[in-house]
Amino acid sequence: MSSLDALYQQVILDHAKARHGHGPLTDADAEHFERNPTCGDEITVRVRLEPGTDRIAALAWEGDGCSISMASASVLTDMAVGRTVPELLALTEAFREMMRSRGAGEPDEDVLEDLVAFHGVSKFVMRVKCGMLAWVAAETAAQQALAR
Amino acid sequence: MVTDAPAPHVPTRPLTAAEVEAIRRDFPILHQEVNGAPLAYLDSGATAERPVQVLDAERRFLERDNAAVHRGAHTLAALATDAYEDARATVARFVGASSPSEVVWTANATDALNLVAYGIANASHGRGGAAAERFRIGPGDELLVTEAEHHANLVPWQELAATTGATLRWVPVADDGTWTADDMVGMIGERTRVVAFAHVSNVTGMVAPVAEVVAAAHEHGALVVLDACQSAPHRPLDVRALDVDFAAFSGHKMLGPNGIGVLWGRRELLDALPPFRTGGSMITTVTMESSDYLPAPERFEAGTQPVSQAVALAEAVRYLERIGTDRVRDHEEALAQRMLEGLATVPGVRVVGPPVGVPRSGLVAFDVAGVHAHDVSQYLDAQGIAVRSGHHCAQPLHRRLGLTATSRASTYVYTTDEDVDRFVRAVAEVRGYFGADDAAHPAAGTTGEDRA
Repeated sequence: MSSLDALYQQVILDHAKARHGHGPLTDADAEHFERNPTCGDEITVRVRLEPGTDRIAALAWEGDGCSISMASASVLTDMAVGRTVPELLALTEAFREMMRSRGAGEPDEDVLEDLVAFHGVSKFVMRVKCGMLAWVAAETAAQQALAR
Repeated sequence: MVTDAPAPHVPTRPLTAAEVEAIRRDFPILHQEVNGAPLAYLDSGATAERPVQVLDAERRFLERDNAAVHRGAHTLAALATDAYEDARATVARFVGASSPSEVVWTANATDALNLVAYGIANASHGRGGAAAERFRIGPGDELLVTEAEHHANLVPWQELAATTGATLRWVPVADDGTWTADDMVGMIGERTRVVAFAHVSNVTGMVAPVAEVVAAAHEHGALVVLDACQSAPHRPLDVRALDVDFAAFSGHKMLGPNGIGVLWGRRELLDALPPFRTGGSMITTVTMESSDYLPAPERFEAGTQPVSQAVALAEAVRYLERIGTDRVRDHEEALAQRMLEGLATVPGVRVVGPPVGVPRSGLVAFDVAGVHAHDVSQYLDAQGIAVRSGHHCAQPLHRRLGLTATSRASTYVYTTDEDVDRFVRAVAEVRGYFGADDAAHPAAGTTGEDRA
């Protein structure tokens, strides 16, 4: 596989087009905006918890960016809904660790599921922020939702 | 469409293929493979590569003559000072300055533009005595820029407006990102004190109608500040013929080093403008209470200066002079048209700026429908083709165009037809690779809410 194809795994290209979770969210408990000033990519992630629990009932996002950032937001939506906030934060940390690996090691598919497709992105240092953008926004939004 | 653009310039003496090949031999960096393909460097608008002559000149200076300038009495100090001032004279000649003292060394063009804006701010806050009266602005006064400016020629004016109470106004651009002399002249009036704009846009490649704007600005007593970052490297620049008041450009975009830029200003203006940065080397007498300042250019050159960079920049200027800046312009305008004609054949590509046939500098920013600019440049990079992606430090312009980012290919003396053709062929593959040519862009998918 060429390094370009390793970067743009089919999973990423599919999610970049499908954009799960792209749109507004009514009755969000919290939202957070993140921007990558070097490229102009931006995203707002909104989170709603199941009443009285720390479990994420819904997550949606609005924004625009490259295929890596859009695919990452789409996968975030799939993986965040149904998890508790601490579970999402732990998953974010595992994702961050993989994204900082510069392509080293073998990602744990049991933990990271579809996120393993982003392992190739970690070799492209300029694109790591693209991959993390939605997750960084979700990290803050989820913590704020919980603090409410 | 620009209706009052300068008469179309027909490239008469673009560089021959053999000449470009000879030039390329001077640039070691171009002779390498990137990602398994020969490098096609199409990002000279961001930073230019440097010929061996420039690299050698800097190294030779550092190995033989390096010392602090304008201080010390030893031999190397004298040699370094001579080299530093010779460099100033070379750059002064290159831009048609009346004298070398009209050339102020700065860190880069951003620094040069800040020097003017903060000098005016300091005058407005009462500094500079009676001589600085002409720079004092306040509420009711207007600063005029365009919507197409690079942030370097916008944000300093925003700050100047904020700290003086003056009003910042801007010339709106048309749907292709261009503006006309009529657009700007119509906004220049009695209250206009500063008119600042790019000679050549770093996004659209448009060449500004400088003469018309200068005539209107001077009729109303306004100062004209020219951002010459994308013109000084790529076409003849004669500041006296243009009749502007200040012009700023960067060394690293014109085959020279980073860390050095130039502010050219009219002598009488530079001598009256209060300094921006203060400290050593820019003073005459210092007491514990206050200080007197040297005339220009030294009054703007506080602290230790980038001497080897100045020496190398002068060598870059000589390199460009040997080719001839008119021929550099013709070469690049021809490449720009080749690029435009090529991209016009690619479905889904929207080019920003003047259409095919209207002269533009050697840069083309474009959007590929359904594919983000970062993905476009990543795809090209995999074939060894280096282009810029992003907002190119022009967020307001991109917002006006309805785009968050574009890709930009930019040329220079060493760019070949083959570079351009490879670039066009690769752009033609992009939508297929990312699946953007299957029907329309798909609607947004289901939300997490639906799936919860």
